[in-house]
Amino acid sequence: MSEKDDRFSQAFKEILSGGLTRTLLAIILGFLVGALFMIVSNKEFIEALGYFFSRPADAFAAAWNVVANGYGALFRGAIFNADADSFEKAIRPITETLRLGAPLIAAGLGIGLTFRVGLFNIGGTGQLIFGMIFATWVATRLELPFVIHMLVAVIAGILGATFLGALVGYLKARTGAHEVILTIMFNYVAISIFTFLMRDPNLLQEERATGNPKADPAAETALLPKIFGDEFSVHFGLIFALVAVVVYWWLMERSTIGYRLRMVGHNPDAAESAGVNVKRTYVIAMALSAAFVGVAAGNQALGTSIGVIPSSHANIGFDAITVALLGGSSAPGILLAGLLFGAFKAGGPSMQVIGISPEVLGIVQAAIVLFIAAPPLIRALFRLPKPQTTNALAAIRDRFFRKGGAK
Amino acid sequence: MNPLVEEKVGFKAPIVMASLGFVVILFFGFLGKEGDVAFQLSRRQDVIQLDPIIINAVLLGIVSGALMLLIAVFSTIQAVQNKRTPVWVSAIFGLIGVISLLGWLATGNSVPVAFIAGTALVLAVPIIFGSMAGVMSERVGVTNIAIEGQLLTGAFMAAVVSTITKSYTLGIIFAMSTAAIFSMILATFAIKYLAQQIIVGVVLNVLAIGVTNFLFQQWLKEDGENLNFPGTLDVIRIPVLSDIPILGPVLFENRLTVYFALIAVPLLWFVMFKTKLGLRARAVGEHPLAADTVGINVGRTRFWWVTLGGAMAGLGGAALTIGNAGAFGREMTGGIGFIALAVMILGRWHPITASLAALLFGFSIILRVWANQVSPGIPSDFITMVPYVVTIIAVVGFVGRSRAPKALAQPYVKG
Repeated sequence: MSEKDDRFSQAFKEILSGGLTRTLLAIILGFLVGALFMIVSNKEFIEALGYFFSRPADAFAAAWNVVANGYGALFRGAIFNADADSFEKAIRPITETLRLGAPLIAAGLGIGLTFRVGLFNIGGTGQLIFGMIFATWVATRLELPFVIHMLVAVIAGILGATFLGALVGYLKARTGAHEVILTIMFNYVAISIFTFLMRDPNLLQEERATGNPKADPAAETALLPKIFGDEFSVHFGLIFALVAVVVYWWLMERSTIGYRLRMVGHNPDAAESAGVNVKRTYVIAMALSAAFVGVAAGNQALGTSIGVIPSSHANIGFDAITVALLGGSSAPGILLAGLLFGAFKAGGPSMQVIGISPEVLGIVQAAIVLFIAAPPLIRALFRLPKPQTTNALAAIRDRFFRKGGAK
Repeated sequence: MNPLVEEKVGFKAPIVMASLGFVVILFFGFLGKEGDVAFQLSRRQDVIQLDPIIINAVLLGIVSGALMLLIAVFSTIQAVQNKRTPVWVSAIFGLIGVISLLGWLATGNSVPVAFIAGTALVLAVPIIFGSMAGVMSERVGVTNIAIEGQLLTGAFMAAVVSTITKSYTLGIIFAMSTAAIFSMILATFAIKYLAQQIIVGVVLNVLAIGVTNFLFQQWLKEDGENLNFPGTLDVIRIPVLSDIPILGPVLFENRLTVYFALIAVPLLWFVMFKTKLGLRARAVGEHPLAADTVGINVGRTRFWWVTLGGAMAGLGGAALTIGNAGAFGREMTGGIGFIALAVMILGRWHPITASLAALLFGFSIILRVWANQVSPGIPSDFITMVPYVVTIIAVVGFVGRSRAPKALAQPYVKG
């Protein structure tokens, strides 16, 4: 074998053993697991199983049908609807994916940040709710000019969430209490406070109150403007989420704070010896994490014109954990993971219509992350090579981009 | 870290106790509503009838607050001598606090003591089992965030299998074994594939919620009568014991799942702290290398403790459906698994103290329902919040640097 061939096969092995291959395989496996659940719960399939040995083709056909219909509906609901009668309606699904993915991306960044520091912020829900309280208050109780009102409300949301995150960080640094338990408890406290505020007309409750906790709709000046006109409901929350991605990337990969955060994440003792104030870093990390979640809070509070209710947090705080895990806590990873799970949310209703409960997507979501969590499992399943330490791939990349020159 | 160096006992516990005492003496006592409150010790059907204790609510608040302050003083003296406040003293402190709260809520009304305590116990049972699952798994060094999923799996299987087979025994067996198999995923990923345990736990919760939601939507909703209609276990009265005033109806007139919990907790304590088996398990959780050196199979020990812990949680799930609700509901655990996790940390990874903490949460659930009836003026949202705020105060004030098993969340790779 010539030296050149050898180098290419090395590079190929490196690609196979890399994170991207594993992620893609995990996603495929996740969809397969989901397909399995759709098949075994399908009535036609179970009936066909009854006479499987006389006409096996029926069972296979039923299995194929349910999977094709299910994932077909997901595609129609989340990406592109070829059956639609107008172009606007045909591309509407992808804009819905963007709209629903935006808060997942923002909150996912927040959770991902704590993973990088070796913390675990399970309190996305509570922080989101605190953000929504502040954003809703500004949006319903203040009168400000167009655009400024919206910006002030978004900032209020970020500050509200940051406050709760910083409080958790402070309590952890000061008393050593475990952040997991603190954030879980604050989730419940936050939802109770939120509900209480929405029961009192002097605080957040809608004026024409009917007894159920519900807040006033946000003032028109505070609503996030639609990006592509009134035809599509995707709004500026998406822009804020994208800005958050860039900020996150810069913060974690380029800034001094990010360097400290990662240092503490790798080895807190070593960081302490190197002169990093670990306790303060925990407070900063929790505050920054919650700030990103706060962007999602603004999205939830100001993205709809019908006023928030206690369940408006839409479980984004928890979903963000899986988003961060799938995205490997990196900015581009979280962006893509958020869009994927946003697509699941957008495509759910059209699956419901054809009689396949969209809950199966929760299974797909969990299976994907489960496979991601265990690299050795994926490698064993697909007989992928172990992580390579050669720089064959880097050498090719260097030559291709004419950077760095020969080693 | 040198284990011989004694940790300094701080003054956080006395400070928290004193502030709570002041709250009680001030708001429930001096500023409390004027009126009498009756503590009903017996129910109408009880054999031995005790007269209800009728007491002035303000007086009760002042006396309880004073007692709580006394305990705070005792705790301060302990702290000065660098001694910890014993758990039973804290338990008494909590109990007095609870009584004063009940009295304040029910001023001008009566408190059905046996009903509240009994319901609190029933509601605490799933949390107790969940925290036992956590203790069993974390004591051998495997973080268990998946309690919620284990409970949910157990609840689902208990309801469905009991309905289909018309046998509660089979329902319980399937609940336990399915939750155990479910936990094997956690064990395998943590031990064999060295995956991040918190991540696996979170994902398993999502998986359990996803699978049960899907099957619920696809099957149980349409055909609930034939699939999800198990009813509840019979209430078993233990003769003689159930006639003891107060304690009888609370402890000895229950469904099987409650008795299981009453047996499981002391049993686990005994196995964990008094037998060779438990010593080995704890050794694996504290110092796997040392355990391995003396010939304990670390991987296998961890695998089976996590799996059996899952079976415990499965039983807790069964307690939710066939032990209380009588049917499976979508996401019916609603965070109980996370409460169990908190309870385990609050109880410092100890079966008995964790169970006491679980009772607090059981109490808070029934309190919310009952308080709404006796004094509707108090916003229910605040009563809902109480146990969570108490947990935060406890974690920040009492537990502080809770010492987890040393090798928690660290995979062990044989060198």
